[in-house]
Amino acid sequence: MGKVKRKVKVIKIDVDKCNGCRACEVICSAFHATPKFSSNNPARARIQLIHDALKDVYLPVYAGENAPAECMGRGKYVIDGKEYDECSFCRASCPSRGVFKEPDSGLPLKCDMCESDPPLPEPMCVQWCLNAALTYEEREEEAEEEVKLDEMEIGLESLASKYGLQKVTDAIARMSKKE
Amino acid sequence: MRYAETGFNLEVDLSRGNIERVETDPALTALHLGGLGTSIKLLWDRVPPETDPFSPDNLLIFSSGLLCGTPAPGCNRTIVTTISPQTQLTAYSMMGGFWAPELKYAGYDKVILRGKSPELVYLWINNDKVEIRDASHLRGKGSNETAEILRRELKEPNAQVAAIGLAGENRVYFASIEQGRSSASRGGIGAVMGDKGVKAIVVRGTKDINVARPVDYMALCSEVLQYIKNRESKPIPGVMPILAGLGSPQEMRLIDEEWHTTNFMWGNSRTRRKDFWTKEIEEKWRETQESARTRLISCYNCPMKCAATISIPGISTYMMKCFSKLTYTMAAYSDLDFGFKIAQRATEYGVDGFTAPQVMAFALELKEAGILKDQDMEGIPSDSDGKFYWLLDRIVRREGIGDVLANGTYWAAKQIGNGAEEYAHNNIKKQEQLPLKLGMLNPVYFLMYSTGEKINITQIEGQFPQSPFLTKEETEEFIRDWIHVPDDKFKEYLRKWEFRGEFSNPNYPDIEASCDIVDWQEMMHYIDDAVGMCAGLSSFPLKPPYHIHNYPALISSATGIDMDEAGLKKITKRNRTLLRAVNVSRGMRRADEKPPEDHWKKRFPELEAKLLDAYYKFKGWDDQGIPTKDSLKELDLDYVADDFEKRGITGNGQS
Ligand code: SF4
Ligand code: SF4
Repeated sequence: MGKVKRKVKVIKIDVDKCNGCRACEVICSAFHATPKFSSNNPARARIQLIHDALKDVYLPVYAGENAPAECMGRGKYVIDGKEYDECSFCRASCPSRGVFKEPDSGLPLKCDMCESDPPLPEPMCVQWCLNAALTYEEREEEAEEEVKLDEMEIGLESLASKYGLQKVTDAIARMSKKE
Repeated sequence: MRYAETGFNLEVDLSRGNIERVETDPALTALHLGGLGTSIKLLWDRVPPETDPFSPDNLLIFSSGLLCGTPAPGCNRTIVTTISPQTQLTAYSMMGGFWAPELKYAGYDKVILRGKSPELVYLWINNDKVEIRDASHLRGKGSNETAEILRRELKEPNAQVAAIGLAGENRVYFASIEQGRSSASRGGIGAVMGDKGVKAIVVRGTKDINVARPVDYMALCSEVLQYIKNRESKPIPGVMPILAGLGSPQEMRLIDEEWHTTNFMWGNSRTRRKDFWTKEIEEKWRETQESARTRLISCYNCPMKCAATISIPGISTYMMKCFSKLTYTMAAYSDLDFGFKIAQRATEYGVDGFTAPQVMAFALELKEAGILKDQDMEGIPSDSDGKFYWLLDRIVRREGIGDVLANGTYWAAKQIGNGAEEYAHNNIKKQEQLPLKLGMLNPVYFLMYSTGEKINITQIEGQFPQSPFLTKEETEEFIRDWIHVPDDKFKEYLRKWEFRGEFSNPNYPDIEASCDIVDWQEMMHYIDDAVGMCAGLSSFPLKPPYHIHNYPALISSATGIDMDEAGLKKITKRNRTLLRAVNVSRGMRRADEKPPEDHWKKRFPELEAKLLDAYYKFKGWDDQGIPTKDSLKELDLDYVADDFEKRGITGNGQS
């Protein structure tokens, strides 16, 4: 695999500016609905506001890679005297908690930076965060070429790691016979 | 498929412990939209006028609005409707925050409580799973405390909790329902919740809300958001700071309280302190507020920041919004630090921040006047702050004199007698009002105070400036982008209005203009209350993002119901009239429709009578304020007309 120029898309998260509105969750889930905007459901959003109002914890967190198993150890952060729950900063959908999973199927969700054709000037959550807690930057970087998984493959991969590849293949074979 | 709404209500019979998920009739959505509209229909159908507020037959309805949970910015209101123990009329108090959208995501538009639970319980709504659960361990707990315990117990950090505190449990007539960030406070709805034996309703929902025409609807919602951004960068010049921008009054952001502290009344809504605000006070209050306030926060899906987290060393953190920052402070002739501290306790107890401080100031006045005796207040501390804490504790526990005061100034004065009635001077329809006393009668406000079913001016006013602009240029500048007016005549009304002379208060806005202006303001509130929109982005501020010209398209693209301005106006009028009909059937008449006697120094009985006559007529009501048969039929409310006839409610027989 060769070197390629890659656009790195960065969302800068300024937690001090967050007012806790969860507009980012609303618009994310609406954008990713099929057909687009036909429904919304914050539980499906690929950004979640991890929050605890009385402790003044407001953390917009983006869904990252799926983790098939829980971490062996957990990190508990204390920043400026505020104690954050274990896993607060983590972007993984993982068996230890409910976030970043489709509510019906439990399949993992992942932020795709609102990829679309034509491309959006900025991801939807950034556009809807009028408080500028979320801002968007792009820069170019050199990187190794990699094979990108699409959404279905991500889902299949996680099923495979949960049930074993053989079971998933069998299930698909059964399903295709029924059709 | 149902769009925007879920099409299901939860019916909970607390006496029998029965829960049912009931599909609603889409025809009712077309007739009343949702929120207050469909709730008032339930109240009319199911709570006959003989029903006592504390009867098991009274309903307590928690409703979302029609558009709550869709992407419309700021559409997050929970509308709670019941019969008020204080006014004996309809109470429909609202709260922002996060509860109503969560209910929609759980798959319900409303939760309808009836009956009474023999034990203290809470309701746990987790999508399709709904349970009535024992709450004996929550008895006496504060509202925030309760929410924290329940979230932990249920392991649901994202559950939304509406809870009562001790005041609700003890049926204090001004008990609120608290939701952390927001509260539904007016009319003693917390007392009805306590009477039903319900400590809290906890909701978690993870289902979709659909809209009918996604692309159109999103375009309109984005436009609204863009408008908010622009509007916030251009505050309106020439009006006081709290009226210049959007949102609820920005009390948590603003430090400068000169306007409130020198124009609103202190104590039992009596004393104006024109010279109160000084540089030193400003400095001191700035320090207090900046050190207490940890973060400015919003309600669900709204870019504004109308509330704040308040953390003061030594007391639990809580959230505050709007004017309760000053109500305790001013009632007790104290300072902001005291206001923030006592509001924390009051929030945990769950009492209305308008009424509670006035009740306490009223009690102290009665003591001063010798109407309440030493033995009534045995053990009360000698300092003013201490007195307030002492009274608050007695009221929410209904101990001694607290038991009398817990019914609000109107009922307490009646019970105390001995001239105490004179001191309950700031009520409309038995409910305490903002502590505001003014000079010259304003005809528009006269009508709103008198006839507004909400009995709370901030939820009746809005849209039209509160006073004329100083110069012609300012007026023209304001009118330039005033796209919100339903009709160009409103621009003329504003142009003509002056500070002095023929075209000033009380004679201008003239009777016709006053009727039009009140009608417009009222209409916007009734739309908001049906769709669940925050008044702070619609009916309350000047030049809001939502108005009569974009609402029909928003509603129709979200719901799929055909809607134009005329159609929306008719629905609004129907809801407004049905609400009046409920109150009329409970005995409300013209004699009840008046502002506090001392609200203005200069009153004009003849003009006021003419205003009321004209407004009643304009609305299709007879001279007792009773909707006429014809106007009821026009609004498809024939069943109300029939019921009135059966009950012999005919007013002057004009119908
Ligand atoms: S939209 Fe912005 S302000 Fe609102 S919750 Fe998300 S990050 Fe916070
Ligand atoms: S404008 Fe203020 S009160 Fe209204 S929804 Fe937004 S944050 Fe809440």
